Amino acid sequence: MKDERTPTEEDRTKTLLNQTRPALTARGTIPAPPIRSREGDEIHTAPEMAVAEGDVRTAEEGAEVLSGTSLWKDAWRRLLKNRLAVFGLVVVCLITLASLVGPPIIKATTGYTYDYIPPDTKLIKSFPPFTAPDGQSFSWSHPMGTDSAGRDMLARVLLGGRISLMVGIIATFVSLLIGIAYGATAGYLGGKIDDAMMRVVDVLYAIPYMMIVIVLLAMFGGQSALGQLILLFIALGAVSWLTMARIVRGQVISLKNQEFVLAARATGVSTPKIIFRHLVPNTLGPVIVYATLTIPSVMLQESFLSFLGLGVQAPLASWGSLAAEGIQNIAIFPWQLIFPGVTMALTLFSLNFLGDGLRDALDPQMRKF
Amino acid sequence: MLRFIIRRLIVTVPMVLIVVSLTWGLIRLAPGNFYTSEKKLPPAVEKNLREKYGLDKPWYVQYAKMIGNVARLDFGNSLKYESESVNDILKRTLPVSATLGLLAYLLALIVGISAGTLAALKQNSRLDYASMALAMLGISLPNFVLGPILVLVFSLTLYWLPPARWGGFASWNLLLPAVTLSALYMAYIARLTRSGMLEVLRSDYIRTARAKGLKERDVVLRHAVRGGLLPVVSFTGPALAFLVTGTVVTERIFALPGLGNYFINANLNRDEPLIIGIVAFISIAILFFNLLVDIAYGFIDPRIRY
Repeated sequence: MKDERTPTEEDRTKTLLNQTRPALTARGTIPAPPIRSREGDEIHTAPEMAVAEGDVRTAEEGAEVLSGTSLWKDAWRRLLKNRLAVFGLVVVCLITLASLVGPPIIKATTGYTYDYIPPDTKLIKSFPPFTAPDGQSFSWSHPMGTDSAGRDMLARVLLGGRISLMVGIIATFVSLLIGIAYGATAGYLGGKIDDAMMRVVDVLYAIPYMMIVIVLLAMFGGQSALGQLILLFIALGAVSWLTMARIVRGQVISLKNQEFVLAARATGVSTPKIIFRHLVPNTLGPVIVYATLTIPSVMLQESFLSFLGLGVQAPLASWGSLAAEGIQNIAIFPWQLIFPGVTMALTLFSLNFLGDGLRDALDPQMRKF
Repeated sequence: MLRFIIRRLIVTVPMVLIVVSLTWGLIRLAPGNFYTSEKKLPPAVEKNLREKYGLDKPWYVQYAKMIGNVARLDFGNSLKYESESVNDILKRTLPVSATLGLLAYLLALIVGISAGTLAALKQNSRLDYASMALAMLGISLPNFVLGPILVLVFSLTLYWLPPARWGGFASWNLLLPAVTLSALYMAYIARLTRSGMLEVLRSDYIRTARAKGLKERDVVLRHAVRGGLLPVVSFTGPALAFLVTGTVVTERIFALPGLGNYFINANLNRDEPLIIGIVAFISIAILFFNLLVDIAYGFIDPRIRY
């Protein structure tokens, strides 16, 4: 859709810019009064030369309105108007940034890492936030306290962020690619091919896949922390595209009998091109809404598995495994659940707000209003 | 329609076969065995064990025996709970999980659909924002965080509800687990209902219904809801699969003697007959419910033809 629309709009923008080009060249240089007076443009008469700023503004305004009518630019502008969506975007960016650059900074300033266990034999190792290792005095060394092994919670929460976000994003991206290609093909081709393709999805759907994932992780897991993580990527990535495929197929089925597809087919556009250039862009609204639902759902599934002790293994951590550790001591050391739990909830909350904003910004139905 | 149902029922057989074979393959391909522990067994003992459980026979004989068990829906004896057959365990644990799941899903449907519809009807109102913010909280809070919080508030602080354990089918013990389990689905259903309804409320046939002077209530309940709930109907399939996972976690939080709790233990014990039994049973149940959903879809959406 974008590729079809932009050329015409660019052309229109160009023609308009050409019409107002004298105003742009007026910036700082001598304008060409004869041309303007011939056009009968009252604003651009010679005495107004001193107000060249006004000229420039009108030209830019015209350009902005025209280029803004492209679907994605328009959506982006509308997204920026949605305060909750911007909040979500900012928080997600901040948390991503913090989990990327945070651990090295902590290591450089306080010397703690996610797997550093202090070598003392004291029985109690869980210290509240902002408490020095003596358990009493104020200290900046552990802003989120320590876990039950004495490890710095902040470093662990940031590491957990890395892993949780990685799991969510990788699995969702995979589900997008597979789901769109699969669902759109099945929906457009229809008939026996659709039937066969959707039977495959049904088979996979009908598999209580989390049970298989649990079996997989329980049987093959436990070797090494990294191996477990890779196992988790494979397992979650391979099972999360099914809903996407169904959604896209449904959308394509309801779209494919519309006139623009008929027109495309009549003009001899090839089938793959109809699917991916004409149909898929029209399904992107619901797809993006579903993708934003998929990221938190994958992150939740990962945290379920970690909660059951089958996901991310110590010394690595995800928000799920941190929360699972925290639950053991919720009545005594509540910060061990609260910090990872709240960080995770905040991230998912923001992702959802962002997704909702994207939905409102991208929804083609909304464009009529 | 009847042909469609029969065809689907026939397809069910290979599906269950695939699931069960996959599970069996995973268990068998994994290193070690159920009797493997930190202590090394004397060879004679190991030989006897292998003979007792038929592990000395070729793999295809063992596979055929397992498939035979599944076909007869008789999964043999559990390796861990030796006095009980897998069927006994299923009979004992299934009602617990099914009650919990059904209660949670009904709760989610009722609250989710009403909240979503109201939010869509009053789009951009305070009600809309409040219910959608709550829905997002429901999606964002993992149930193993929500559960302990509910227990802290309602059991350990207010002393209103029991914190955990099974107390029978009509006891208050079920309320907290059901709420914990349903929060996620409630939120999903509310969001799906809202977006579905918003789309439908803008369509031409709703404008027609309004234009011909129907009461707003009739427009919403008789025309809009039918189309607007399609996403919710198609969510039922994945919801069932999710529900299985959610039940596992919820049963673990609240120490309920359900299928999920036993499934995790079976995995940790490598209790092969029990794992196969539960997986086969759940697969059959999910296939059956998916068929029901597809049939319902055909009734609700006249554009779908079988």
